Amino acid sequence: MLAVQVEKTLGETFSLKAAFTSASRATALFGASGAGKTSVINMIAGLLKPDRGRIELDGEVLFDEAERIDLPAFRRRIGYVFQEGRLFPHLSVRRNLDFGRWMSGQKEDGKSFSHIVEMLDIGHLLDRRPGKLSGGERQRVAVGRALLMRPRLLLLDEPLASLDVARKRDILPYLERLRDGAQVPMIYVSHNPAEVKRIASRVVCLDAGKVVAAGGPELLDAAHIDVLA
Amino acid sequence: MFDLSSQDWTAVALSLRVAAISTLVALPFGIAIAVLLARGSFWGKSLLDAIVHMPLVLPPVVTGYLLLISFGRKAPLGAFLADHFGIVFSFRWTGAALACGIMAFPLMVRAIRLSVEAIDRRLEDAAATLGANSVWTFITVTLPLALPGIIAGMMLAFARALGEFGATITFVSNIPGETQTISAAIYTLLQVPGGDADALKLVVISLVICFAALLASEWLARRATARLHGA
Repeated sequence: MLAVQVEKTLGETFSLKAAFTSASRATALFGASGAGKTSVINMIAGLLKPDRGRIELDGEVLFDEAERIDLPAFRRRIGYVFQEGRLFPHLSVRRNLDFGRWMSGQKEDGKSFSHIVEMLDIGHLLDRRPGKLSGGERQRVAVGRALLMRPRLLLLDEPLASLDVARKRDILPYLERLRDGAQVPMIYVSHNPAEVKRIASRVVCLDAGKVVAAGGPELLDAAHIDVLA
Repeated sequence: MFDLSSQDWTAVALSLRVAAISTLVALPFGIAIAVLLARGSFWGKSLLDAIVHMPLVLPPVVTGYLLLISFGRKAPLGAFLADHFGIVFSFRWTGAALACGIMAFPLMVRAIRLSVEAIDRRLEDAAATLGANSVWTFITVTLPLALPGIIAGMMLAFARALGEFGATITFVSNIPGETQTISAAIYTLLQVPGGDADALKLVVISLVICFAALLASEWLARRATARLHGA
């Protein structure tokens, strides 16, 4: 269970003030670009510090301005799949996948490694470097890298946005498998209603830094949402 | 033409040793200062930047003189180091290495700083979400990504150290076998009537060394860059 209640002023004029909870397997943060979606998950990950508020995950306080708690990103154990993948260019795919396990000092676990590699169908890429991967392959490796650190929560920031339509169609089944197979709850950020409907069981709509609606995926059929997206 | 006197060979060997050691010893400091200047925001940053660049713009003789009055045997810093750590710079090859290191330092820092500034910091954020604290992020992400600049910086420093003359001769004089590097040996030979033939041999040797060092660093830097882009 994730509980977020944050406020932050970004730049001169944009103020973000969002509160929501997520207990479902896959919650979507939905809204037009510039609505503040990425800022919100950066705060959950610990990459951006809210001005005020509180973030709690499974009973642990990650951030609380009043109590002066701010767990650094590297201690939060929250997997993050970035829009542009952000694979380490100097490391092979295998070392990229292994990075989180290595950094958190966990034992090697061949079973979960091969399970995730198989689920994402990236076994043939292990010895390549990220520079030699296609966009879709890169995003699958990025998902694998985030999963293999055994996160408590997985954040996906528009993982399909940099891909063309055909590639998107290729990757969506992997993400569905991820939602159904891996035991990790996810927050899925997107501005695409079709994607959100396929992945998420709960939707939080953001507009201009505020939560304007929250509910089931049927929310996206309501007329006023089309204006946002 | 390569029947060099043993004194000339000594000068060549000494130059290589002085250049290599000054580069290696300066490297950790060079990386630290480069990262500080590229990333840090603190009071006195432009002052530090200016101090680091001083040897580039000061006459080398002035740098040598400043070294003499601070690291000489009777100078406070020099006496302290000699009494407490047994490190003596004056009229020793270590002093030549110190002078070379300081003269080469700005070039090293500039090259490393540029490559650190070019690093995509979002990769460091990604490392943090994967559980890497700032020290591990620096070792596993920042340093490897800055490697082409580090190689270039080392190469520049090495070449600059080989060519150092003014600060070295001012600080530690021109003692054959101890502080007489290739440059100082050439200078000495040119002071003697008929010495130019011997000087020419040393000139050829320094040309060869510098050319080889340049080629080697080009090759290394190209390999390092290719690695970063997925070859």
